[in-house]
Amino acid sequence: MKGIQLDLISEARISQMASMEKVRYIIDEVRKGKILVLEKGLNPMEEAKLIEMTMSAIQPDVFSGIEMQSYPAYSDNSLLGKFFKKQSSRRLTVIGPANQLKTLQKDSNLISALVSISK
Amino acid sequence: MNMLKRFKVSFSKMFNKLFKRKGACIGIYGPPNAGKTTLSNRILKDWVGTEETMGSVSHIAHETRHAKRKNEITIEANGYTISLDIVDTPGIATKIDFHDFMEQGMSDSESKKRSKEATEGVIEAVKWLDDLDGVILVMDSTANPYTQVNVTVIGNMEARNLPLLIVANKVDLPDADPAIIKEAFPQHPMVPVSALEGVGMDSFYEALAKQFG
Repeated sequence: MKGIQLDLISEARISQMASMEKVRYIIDEVRKGKILVLEKGLNPMEEAKLIEMTMSAIQPDVFSGIEMQSYPAYSDNSLLGKFFKKQSSRRLTVIGPANQLKTLQKDSNLISALVSISK
Repeated sequence: MNMLKRFKVSFSKMFNKLFKRKGACIGIYGPPNAGKTTLSNRILKDWVGTEETMGSVSHIAHETRHAKRKNEITIEANGYTISLDIVDTPGIATKIDFHDFMEQGMSDSESKKRSKEATEGVIEAVKWLDDLDGVILVMDSTANPYTQVNVTVIGNMEARNLPLLIVANKVDLPDADPAIIKEAFPQHPMVPVSALEGVGMDSFYEALAKQFG
């Protein structure tokens, strides 16, 4: 059967990895053509590191980068939340090869994407 | 780092903070083609007053491929005078395909060169996040604000507990809807502007003084 491998990765699995391991793992898997759905995404610093490493991995006609979409983090705008500066929680994130995954629509609670079999 | 050196660095930081000897260093961020360099040029035009610009602008993405810094820009707003160092950063993206530049009429070699420089520019922009005191995040108010670049930049500022000002740019265009940007990120101040036409700039400078002054 032809198709695209979709890996749904639990928080438990990803949280066992160090930040650099997560980023390396994601890039390696996406370069193999897989689409990853992370139950709880990366933290903002890890996202920035992933963008940075993706840029280093780009090669003309081989790898043009990633499509990554995560929901905006929840923010606690209550007085207590502002006072304690509670860290925003990470949310579901989908990552795939830029030439095979295209975001159609995204808002604060919906990510709609198109997956293409042809590269 | 030895104890004495650490103490010196901490003391210097505290001194600078207390007496505001050094202007805050503010990065202008956003996705490609949001109007970051147009905004930077507008700030220079309004407050430096020379013909100097931060960089050239183009409808082709990734025109700015190196961060550019202008120090000690003095801005007066709300009765306050603030001095800021402004860094115009290359647009952040998660993908760069040289074919996109070829579609804009560039040759194969030009497109590959631009693509390579653009990837280096994105890396430079991401690295700058570690050295800033705050960020002006420029969004195109005719486009969906829920892009990964916006989410990541906002997340980084929140995680570092640094001030952020969102600029809803291009309000001169008929499809502009800055209210959607406010709805998407209600926890941060937002000012609608047209950096190209100079619309909304007084409100922008007032917000700038309030956020970073």
